[in-house]
Amino acid sequence: MFGAGGGTSSYKEVEEADFVLLWGSNARAAHPIYFHHVLKGIRNGGSMYAVDPRRTDSAKFAETWLGINVGSDIALANALAREIIAADLHDTRFIEHSTIGFEAFVEHVEPYTLDFAASATGVDAGTIKDLAHRYATATTAQILWTLGITEHHNGVENVLSLCNLALLTGHVGRWGSGLVPLRGQNNVQGGGDMGALPNKLPGFQDIDDPTALRKFETAYGVPLNPRPGLHLTLMFEAMAKRELTGLYIIGENPADSEADVRHTRDLLRNLDLLVVQDIFMTRTAELADVVLPASVGWAECDGTVTSSERRVQRVRAALEPPSGTRHDHEIIGLLAQRFGVPWPTTSPEHLWDELRSLSPMHKGMTYTRLEQGEGLQWPCPDINHPGTQYLHGWLWEEDLGGHDPAPFSLTNHEGPKEKVTSDYPLRLTTGRVLDSYNTGVQTRGYSSPIRSGVDLEISHLDAKELSLVEGERVTVSSPRGSVEMTVSIKSDQAQGLAFTTFHFPELVDLNLLTNDQWDPLSGTAEFKAAAIRIDKLVGNNRA
Amino acid sequence: MSNKSVSLHIDDQLITVPEGTTILEAAQSMNIEIPTLCWAENLTPVNVCRLCVVEAEGARTLIPACSRTCEDGAAVKTNTDRVRENRRMVLELLDSANDLSQSDNLQELISDYGADSDRYTDPVKTTTPPKVEDDLFVRAYERCVLCYKCVEACGDDAQFTFAIAVAGRGFDAKISTEHDVPLPESACVYCGNCIGVCPTNALQFKTEFDMREAANWRPEEQSVTETICSYCGVGCTLELHTQDNQIVKVTSPADHSVTSGHLCVKGRFGWQYVQAPVYRAPSSDSEQSAK
Repeated sequence: MFGAGGGTSSYKEVEEADFVLLWGSNARAAHPIYFHHVLKGIRNGGSMYAVDPRRTDSAKFAETWLGINVGSDIALANALAREIIAADLHDTRFIEHSTIGFEAFVEHVEPYTLDFAASATGVDAGTIKDLAHRYATATTAQILWTLGITEHHNGVENVLSLCNLALLTGHVGRWGSGLVPLRGQNNVQGGGDMGALPNKLPGFQDIDDPTALRKFETAYGVPLNPRPGLHLTLMFEAMAKRELTGLYIIGENPADSEADVRHTRDLLRNLDLLVVQDIFMTRTAELADVVLPASVGWAECDGTVTSSERRVQRVRAALEPPSGTRHDHEIIGLLAQRFGVPWPTTSPEHLWDELRSLSPMHKGMTYTRLEQGEGLQWPCPDINHPGTQYLHGWLWEEDLGGHDPAPFSLTNHEGPKEKVTSDYPLRLTTGRVLDSYNTGVQTRGYSSPIRSGVDLEISHLDAKELSLVEGERVTVSSPRGSVEMTVSIKSDQAQGLAFTTFHFPELVDLNLLTNDQWDPLSGTAEFKAAAIRIDKLVGNNRA
Repeated sequence: MSNKSVSLHIDDQLITVPEGTTILEAAQSMNIEIPTLCWAENLTPVNVCRLCVVEAEGARTLIPACSRTCEDGAAVKTNTDRVRENRRMVLELLDSANDLSQSDNLQELISDYGADSDRYTDPVKTTTPPKVEDDLFVRAYERCVLCYKCVEACGDDAQFTFAIAVAGRGFDAKISTEHDVPLPESACVYCGNCIGVCPTNALQFKTEFDMREAANWRPEEQSVTETICSYCGVGCTLELHTQDNQIVKVTSPADHSVTSGHLCVKGRFGWQYVQAPVYRAPSSDSEQSAK
């Protein structure tokens, strides 16, 4: 946000924050050790409100839970903004000094009255008003979110709506206040930092910035393609048009993880060449022409990863990898040599030093420094720099540190693309549970005594209406497909809402149901909102 | 901690510390060793073991160094005969009722203090069989000294799950789940943070338990490697304890700012795929392609 892709605040700060707004995140289950810091904050006297369609394990720790309708986040955020302005609780001096577009924003949020938001979100107006006042009047306040915000067809607009609230109140760019997207995958932050984005070079340098590009061309000694590439979703579109016919996948399992997964599998099968580099024979690897067995990054290889607080940390080899597997960077290097590129034999530290020479925000992070302490938080521009605890302090500097003021964004409540209808009357949303992870290829490896998440959780009210009993097998259908599932009845789940996880594709091919409508700005699919129908099993298998 | 400071003598040396510093912390900063059992740097002191007692001038009783804060002008002695006698007795009492054989720390203290393990003749050594209720960890309460560390870690010092507490009184006191139900049926979420703080190995990894049963647990051959957990993006530091090229248990450093020594079920137990060949079987064809 405001130019750099990383959470603004350190974990330590949430322990001291006056007010925490957990929005679309079940951190208790998905980021358990981060949630320890949140709980410390609550114990230190801070308050937490939670916004989530479900009363999750995290929401149970909240002072107030706002159980909104799936996909009504912008209605809520804009109404909070309108109320903050109407009650004169916005930070006028900060807005004048550090932001632009406030007048247009005021006008834009005017229709988002408390009553409108109440009807759009299903949360009563008084509670929304209370949240607005609590957030705005807190001495320090953070908004934390995860995929409940981003896995929508308008995920980027959702994020921008939360940024608006921070700009309105000055709750960003100082200790204890900030905007914190919790990263779901180990090193998803580091991947982005390293330029694994279609339009970025390492260190968030733009690929269409000729100066930056020239720097990399000089270092690498080859001309580079100056055109931004495709993000995942556009790649699938290009595959559908047969514009993209070869794919090299490293450590990803789209044949299980993509929304509308039947379509994805067809596209993967139709490729001329599919290469998969992984530590497992995943369902994606089974579709591949060539599988390159890799060793395990965090236990069998040396290197670095970067966490949600932008902390670069060392991973180290503790085990000899199985024979026949190789470190990812070694495989890529050997492949380059087969292509006839004279790629020198290298080491993780050597590659890191090359990165440091090209990415200013990593320049000060030598391996020696990373070894000594607990790692360093970027930006860390020189070898004496201590690293950066929170971002965007410039918003409070007299000259904005030479930056342009931060813009308010005008966002519109639309709701999920896929509406519930009389044919598909229930809203399906998905999420994680504590002991499992993504498509389960790793967590299937240990025997968890608390394994859950394979069932379809529904409200007792819907169960009654559909005459379903606990543990009953049913057919669950969306406009894209059907699966057979077991029903689990929850007394505290909203009527009309169904929930399950995506961790057990071998048991329930859940992503046959999910919607691949995607956000044009981020390429993320609308995993969080599909319309479904539940049918009792009749006679022989309807599934 | 306030900005005010206090000055006191510990073992005849003058030291000035910020107000609120415990005697233990002050002594540690002076490299004066005070033994502890129920204290841990990542937990709130519960004051139950009495092993860290010291003598303060003018005080009628011995005082626990782990939780008593330094007072201006105090004179504290950490190693007098009276202190040593008390610590010795604590060790003898503990050893009379529990199996301390798997606690290196306590074994060392027993020998340092010349504690007579048979002084209190076979009163009530508990012989409860180990509770093996799942594949992740084992609770062998014959080694439990009721230090409360597991209760604290499960409760409001870290995990806020509150799956266990001390139930009963006197010799019947024990760590228990609600209504003593088996762990998988309790509120336990298997973070294993109780194992992480247990000082006597009463709580241990199932891997360690099985290897000990098979006489294959060889700490002297183990190495510890620090790395970062591969699951979510929080970046928890893991200490991988390995033996014979296998991970045998996972811990996290108590002084680490991200974890404070605590992990979740995935980080602590979710590593088995790394060495489970069933999940890592690149076929010989694909192996060829890597070369």
